Amino acid sequence: MSNGHMTDLRTLAPGLADPAHDAQQLFRAVLDATSRPGRIVSLPAAPAGPGTPSAAATAYLLTLADRDTPVWLADAFDRPEVRDFLRFHAGAPIVTKRAEAVFAVLASATPQPFEGFNLGSDAYPDRSATLIVEVPDLRGGPTRQWHGPGIDGRAAVAVAGLAEDFWQDWAANHTLFPCGVDIVFTARTELCALPRSVAVEV
Amino acid sequence: MADDAYNYAYLDEQTKRMIRRAILKAVAVPGYQVPFGGREMPLPYGWGTGGIQVTAAIIGRDDTLKVIDQGADDTTNAVSIRRFFAKVAEVATTTRTDEATVIQTRHRVPETPLREGQILVFQVPIPEPLRMLEPRETETRTLHALSEYGVMQVSLYESIARHGRISKGYNYPVMVNGRYIMSPSPIPKFDNPKLDRSPALQLYGAGREKRIYAVPPYTPVKSLDFDDHPFEIETWEQCCALCGSKESFLDEMIVDDDGKHLFVCSDTDYCERRRTLPEAAE
Ligand SMILES: [Zn+2]
Repeated sequence: MSNGHMTDLRTLAPGLADPAHDAQQLFRAVLDATSRPGRIVSLPAAPAGPGTPSAAATAYLLTLADRDTPVWLADAFDRPEVRDFLRFHAGAPIVTKRAEAVFAVLASATPQPFEGFNLGSDAYPDRSATLIVEVPDLRGGPTRQWHGPGIDGRAAVAVAGLAEDFWQDWAANHTLFPCGVDIVFTARTELCALPRSVAVEV
Repeated sequence: MADDAYNYAYLDEQTKRMIRRAILKAVAVPGYQVPFGGREMPLPYGWGTGGIQVTAAIIGRDDTLKVIDQGADDTTNAVSIRRFFAKVAEVATTTRTDEATVIQTRHRVPETPLREGQILVFQVPIPEPLRMLEPRETETRTLHALSEYGVMQVSLYESIARHGRISKGYNYPVMVNGRYIMSPSPIPKFDNPKLDRSPALQLYGAGREKRIYAVPPYTPVKSLDFDDHPFEIETWEQCCALCGSKESFLDEMIVDDDGKHLFVCSDTDYCERRRTLPEAAE
């Protein structure tokens, strides 16, 4: 493939074992997480993937990415085995410009996490990017109060490994509503969604 | 068992992914109509192709599906859709609201309160609440973008001036999460309060115009009104002739040649449950 690198099918990590049914189960878990922000959802059929990013992040992409959805990878994940995996199993183009991404995979320490991604427009807010943010743990971090659609009152959420200014950036993103990116936090085989509609108390 | 000619839940995987992405964006922007590509379904429009496409994109073998048409599980339309998914998605079906994980509906919200984890899929004929006031799509899109809803307020106020009240009984417009005016589909306004902060997820599919929109659980849904003309639902002097309910939406039926009238629950499952289970009636 590109850069003189050949995909070795013998070492390529397997994708979904039962594509239609696994994708359906994974999607329902993602839908459940997205419609109830802050809730930690376990992904039943997540394959191990190429080792990094997490099984949850890979499963999210196998469920929703395809040739119509360019994927941007932060430095930590921009490796041949990850690119090969996504190209082979999802058919998704890998892009180097943030603005072109429909999905992006970020590490919790990726600098300027919101900078440069498509925010959608007032007429078409659905065209914004979805950021998959890999964190060390969905629990055990500083507790913050989330509120908004999908949450009955308030949700106490303690995603670990995020910088303090991450939440200031999120507040700025939230004020752009209906524009703005949506976030999915992933760790191991678990996932927790933060749609743009949700406010997080800093 | 899966061969190349067979797509689980009828749609091919790429179409499902596209609809699934649209559903997630719809959930992220409650009340906003997400355009989607969509393929032609083997049913004429009016049969609920939008609802069927949404159901096909979400449903799995673990689901239990209920389909209602105007509150009834036994109309031709409801039976056809239920059989379709029993066949192509290998799902269990039910008429019981409390047993269903996915409920596809045309023109009603069940009387039995919904719970967390349930998904209500609405069949939507005309998704744009401003369409009757502004036929141009580019214009309505701009009005939503700017949250410029004066035209709707004027229209409702004109109705009050003419009829002394807001005369709209079905498809009564709502404000979702204080941002988007949304068509709740042609449900009676009686059902509007059930949409407000419901624990269930609401997904709306419009097949002809290829739009999907959503209301996540616990999201405020307010029926439009005015301080001096607050929103009110229909009431009946009668109770249901079959189960005695005073709280459900009633259909008027002519029962004999003399034109004798009876009122019965529109929601057949609710009515039957009240008749067969005495504890459900009180
Ligand atoms: Zn009854």
